[in-house]
Amino acid sequence: MSSPPLIDRDDYCSWGRVVRRRQRVVRPHFFSELPGLVGLPSSKLAIGRRRSYGDSCLNSDGSLIDMCGLDRFISFDAKKGVLRAEAGVVLSDILHLTVPSGWFLPTTPGTRFVTLGGAVANDVHGKNHHSAGSIGRHVRAIGLLRSDRGRLTVTPASEVALYSATIGGLGLTGVIEWVELDLARIAAAHVDVECLPFENLEEFWALSAESVGNFEHTVAWIDCVSKGSKIGRGIFTRGNWSTTGSLIPHKDETWKTVPIEAPSSLLNTRSIGAFNEVYYHLQKRKRKSRLHYAPFFYPLDSVLHWNRLYGRSGMLQYQCVIPKGEARRAIPHMLSEITRSGGASFLAVLKTFGALASPGLLSFPREGATLAIDFPNRGRDTLEALARLDQIVQEFHGALYPAKDGRMPARLFRQSFPGWEEFSKATDPAMSSDFWRRVAS
Amino acid sequence: MTVRARNIIVLGATSAIAEATARIWAAAGANFVLVGRDPARLQAIAQDLSVRGAKSTSIVSIDCVRANARDELQKMVKTLGRLDLLLLAYGALGDKEILEQDQKAIERLVATNFTSSIAWSLAASRILEQQRSGTLIVLGSVAGDRGRQSNFVYGATKAGLACLVEGIAHKLAPTGARAVVVKPGLVDTPMTEAFQKKGFLWSRPEDVARIIARSAERGGPIVYAPSFWGWIMLIIRLAPTWIFNRLRI
Ligand SMILES: Cc1cc2nc3c(=O)[nH]c(=O)nc-3n(C[C@H](O)[C@H](O)[C@H](O)COP(=O)(O)OP(=O)(O)OC[C@H]3O[C@@H](n4cnc5c(N)ncnc54)[C@H](O)[C@@H]3O)c2cc1C
Repeated sequence: MSSPPLIDRDDYCSWGRVVRRRQRVVRPHFFSELPGLVGLPSSKLAIGRRRSYGDSCLNSDGSLIDMCGLDRFISFDAKKGVLRAEAGVVLSDILHLTVPSGWFLPTTPGTRFVTLGGAVANDVHGKNHHSAGSIGRHVRAIGLLRSDRGRLTVTPASEVALYSATIGGLGLTGVIEWVELDLARIAAAHVDVECLPFENLEEFWALSAESVGNFEHTVAWIDCVSKGSKIGRGIFTRGNWSTTGSLIPHKDETWKTVPIEAPSSLLNTRSIGAFNEVYYHLQKRKRKSRLHYAPFFYPLDSVLHWNRLYGRSGMLQYQCVIPKGEARRAIPHMLSEITRSGGASFLAVLKTFGALASPGLLSFPREGATLAIDFPNRGRDTLEALARLDQIVQEFHGALYPAKDGRMPARLFRQSFPGWEEFSKATDPAMSSDFWRRVAS
Repeated sequence: MTVRARNIIVLGATSAIAEATARIWAAAGANFVLVGRDPARLQAIAQDLSVRGAKSTSIVSIDCVRANARDELQKMVKTLGRLDLLLLAYGALGDKEILEQDQKAIERLVATNFTSSIAWSLAASRILEQQRSGTLIVLGSVAGDRGRQSNFVYGATKAGLACLVEGIAHKLAPTGARAVVVKPGLVDTPMTEAFQKKGFLWSRPEDVARIIARSAERGGPIVYAPSFWGWIMLIIRLAPTWIFNRLRI
């Protein structure tokens, strides 16, 4: 059986939609097609659903191996909560399978439309980072295909170096063919949630400190459009899995979608400001509630392709982590810089990461506080504003999240990920990405 | 839509549309015989379907085009105990340029999409007729509704197949068994990988799968997938020749 063809495509963007370069894409559906593809002459990169924001899931000089067609389950032990699945399986489908028997993902990013392979290759984190760590901590084994070594089963015991390079390894250590994962027990498909408004960052730190021991999930939304005395106000959300209730998974049929790109002027400071004002006051009223996991973990997923709201020029996300000792000093600086530049959006999220170590050499999560903000792409102004944030991150020894990045200077990457040189020794000689060429060469 | 658990044979089980449909049936606890050429691929699919809830899966790796349909089918039905559903999903698109030149290529395409499919459909219909229950679903194509310059050899095989299935449905009608030909439009599958897929006419295999699963419950003998293709093809069929001949479709 012949291998699938490489197709030139101009519709392969990442989630931020800023980078618009043609990609050569091949879409395999079976493992047997992969060895032939890894042997292609140009560089390649395995990708998932392109929910990364910048250029870490693009490879303009070479080709992309789109893994979404490899979306089969291999085994599921409903007693022990162990799942093995092909890398292209989407988290949403995993939940459909496992929730009815009382198992949930050990941790989940803010969207369920990412692949298992993509989640591992970014070592993703969720609202429960302080209690569960990143997803890599729960990976038991990885099926990895290398251009130089063929098929390998990578576990922390069997391939120490390759394991820590592959988790969070941005697809650069080979093609992840399958993943075996430990799931987490749940008694119900619901979360008991509390929403607490706070007026400033001091109140945020206090709420965080008080919550981490008692709540499995915490996160805060920050209104970074309001100025003056309102800087740093927001809503703190915390929750625990309900102990009783049904185990009915989410429905995927009710998707709304943004069918076309919005005019670029739709999301301006004024409209975003108005949204934030309304959202703040709406949330302020709600205090305790019981929510299904879908609106709790994936509030944005109810609108498919919401990224198109940012129009043709797309958006840049800026997500950094600042180490524990420095965060209280750094975050206020960043917020005032963001408010001053006037370029921010709805989505400013602040969360404290716990002390559980991430297993990957390039893993992003580390103890401290992480701030994530979307910026509509306004060209040079936006880039300059972000460069000013870089300075703060650098000064306070923080790091930027490669999954959200499309522009960080190589200098900052190398400072943020001191293991990068050791990592580069473990990379697959055939793999590369736009991101990697930018930060490592 | 509620889907009943059933004993199902899938011919061409490694095709994207067939696999997506089998997942729906698996979640309802079906028993499967999965038929295709590549045992490793069938194995991966069988494993996935079991995890998704299939009660049993067995794989048969044969070339449906060459196999003796009647004998093979009998063996498969024996494995299952009885036959509630047979989905015939294998087929080839062929290369238009080569097809217009090469007699061997034509013979291969006709053998795949038409001759062998007749044999399997008839073998299945005999069993369903005896049982007086069960459904035969055959994947056709909107390309069979009116000959068009872009793919008329392929279209001709699918037109013949649709006529056959309609006839079988007619024959089965008094018995309670059914036959349905499902006609997808443009679907994003490996078969159409080389096409530029822009616009709202393209559907995903899962969309077609839902319609196939529904047609296993009711409807037929002709089902468009998605249903808007029924309207599109009505217009294309009714378009006067002098207009039709100006369309580059
Ligand atoms: C709305 C939204 C919310 C988000 N929230 C969070 C969050 O809370 N926490 C968080 O950590 N992240 C978050 N993210 C980021 C997202 O979780 C990651 O970018 C994720 O890795 C995307 O997965 P994907 O399947 O889309 O992979 P892609 O973006 O396609 O690829 C991601 C990386 O994985 C590699 N890769 C993919 N598949 C394979 C494979 N089979 N083998 C080898 N390498 C592979 C790619 O090369 C690339 O480097 C969010 C993203 C969005 C859009």
